[in-house]
Amino acid sequence: MRNRALTDLVLAGPAALVVILFIFLPVAVVFVLAFTDYQVGARSANWIGIENFATLFGSRQGRNALLNTVVYAGIVIPASVGLGLLVAMGLHRLTDILPRLSAVLRTVYFLPVAATLVAMAVSWQMLLHPSLGLINTWMSVLGLAPQQWLSDRGLVLYTLAAIGIWQSVGYNMVLFLAGLATIPTALYDAAAVDGADRGWSRFWTVTWPMLGPTTLFVVIVTAVNAFRVFETVATMTKGGPAFASDTIVYALYREGFVYFKAGYASAITVVFFLALLLLTALQIMLVERRVHYR
Amino acid sequence: MTARLSLDGVTKRFGTTEAVRNVSLTLHDGEFMALLGASGCGKSTTLRLLAGLEAPSAGRVLLNGRDVTRDSAAARNIALMFQSYALYPHLTVFQNIALPLRMRGLSAVQRLPGTALVSPVVRKRQAQIKAQVSQVAEMLRLGDLLARKPGQLSGGQQQRVALARALVREPSAFLLDEPLSNLDTQLRADTRDEIRALHRRTGYPFLLVTHDQSDALSMADRIAVMIAGEIVQVGSPKEIFHRPQSIAVAEFIGHHRINLLPPGPAGRLHPAGTRLWIGIRPEDLRLSPEGALAATVESRAFHGEETILKLRDDAGTALRIVLRGGETLPNPGDTVRLAANPAALHGFGADGRREDIPA
Repeated sequence: MRNRALTDLVLAGPAALVVILFIFLPVAVVFVLAFTDYQVGARSANWIGIENFATLFGSRQGRNALLNTVVYAGIVIPASVGLGLLVAMGLHRLTDILPRLSAVLRTVYFLPVAATLVAMAVSWQMLLHPSLGLINTWMSVLGLAPQQWLSDRGLVLYTLAAIGIWQSVGYNMVLFLAGLATIPTALYDAAAVDGADRGWSRFWTVTWPMLGPTTLFVVIVTAVNAFRVFETVATMTKGGPAFASDTIVYALYREGFVYFKAGYASAITVVFFLALLLLTALQIMLVERRVHYR
Repeated sequence: MTARLSLDGVTKRFGTTEAVRNVSLTLHDGEFMALLGASGCGKSTTLRLLAGLEAPSAGRVLLNGRDVTRDSAAARNIALMFQSYALYPHLTVFQNIALPLRMRGLSAVQRLPGTALVSPVVRKRQAQIKAQVSQVAEMLRLGDLLARKPGQLSGGQQQRVALARALVREPSAFLLDEPLSNLDTQLRADTRDEIRALHRRTGYPFLLVTHDQSDALSMADRIAVMIAGEIVQVGSPKEIFHRPQSIAVAEFIGHHRINLLPPGPAGRLHPAGTRLWIGIRPEDLRLSPEGALAATVESRAFHGEETILKLRDDAGTALRIVLRGGETLPNPGDTVRLAANPAALHGFGADGRREDIPA
């Protein structure tokens, strides 16, 4: 028995140690730092209680970053999940008719996921350039007014959201395609015999409920990624113009790595961490109740 | 008897392969018919053609004399029980059974949640649905299970839910795809009786698709035998068993494969055997010192209530004989003589068709 215990320790120990050392410990440190005014490189720090949190929720800049993130996620999550499902259903049906084309389109939709977002941001910056960009050229061809996609304060967040959707649809599509492939065809036959033979009734009777577990997963992953939006902000707008595209993770980066305010950055991290944890738990609780039938 | 549902010269091609070739088949009012065939012979495709889940490449589907070839499965109102039962796993037993009624009786808008609160029409319709579901659930002993999900039911219970869902809307015909293949032996026997009883009670025309001849022989009034995409014989179970119309049917039917003696050597069993194939079932052959046929025992297998001998006659034809009871059994290597009742012999011409021979 002692031998067994020793074996267990040898097998699970090192990984557990690494996790504790490099994940749990730093998280604990961050939690402590969040209540101090520590600056990177400083010799000492003062305990300031919840002042950092008060700044985040109390200042206009802090609230602006929070609100921007919520708006961004509020657009990206439903759009990306919805489009991913739509594209997956289209391609799933196309597989029967034109398997080659379906495979090619699958790759096309998945490319943005596989590509490095930072590199893609450069292309997007060129496409969105106010005078030289292809998008404004098309806009004028269509008779629409050209837009300052990345420097208009009212528009920039939506531009970033569109790029966020473009980037994540392919991933959601792949997950939905896998989900669609597991639906037994007999269920569609049963639905056809029962009178739910096409369109919405077929979708509501079979496809949507059977995709429940997939949808739960897709929504959680998309939500977490949307709340974590950073690369496009950092490379294309730096949170500007005038903080119009400032998001919580970008603010965290700026406070921590540009202004070296480790205490404040830690507070943002704590809030972000707890918010995501709560959100994920809530989603699982809410949706699990409806999809738990396997 | 009036024809309820029929296929008229139906062919179904998938790409270049013909799954079903020029099949004509009629299911009459109130009858219990079995479509019997080996797996892959096209019987499931035939079922799907009847139900409206596949469109024929050629030919017509008739329902009550009306051409329904282009009608959808739902429009034909034909009930179908799937081999896998195909219950909706996210719905309760009640919701599963009620679904066909809801799809039929309520519009898409009326099916939205909460409509019953505002519309008395929906309330009334829902009450009717509830009554219908309760009635069929009672008949199939599902009354206590209505709130469960399919995942919480045993195989037999799931099957009864599938039956209930198929029967609840008073279908024009009831098609069952291999209903017994997922059940263990004990449950199989009970379910056979239950399906027979259900047929008697409801009076709907039943079509049972099966690869299992004992299911077909024991349950159906009429059997259609399907081989390689074609219906080769239709008849009562007794006709199919005692008067197979071709060598193929004779070989397919029967618990033990029929013995076939080629023209010439078969002459020893029957005078017509000089020009016909003679078939004789292993259970119709017996050991007899005066028997016309001499054969050497090759192997012997004891199966409890019966013993199967494999033999080879002097012309080199492999034979099988089933012995029941307490004869002294010959040993491998022994030479024995075999005899048969002339009435049990089947004659087949060179084209494989049955030719009646005098007993």
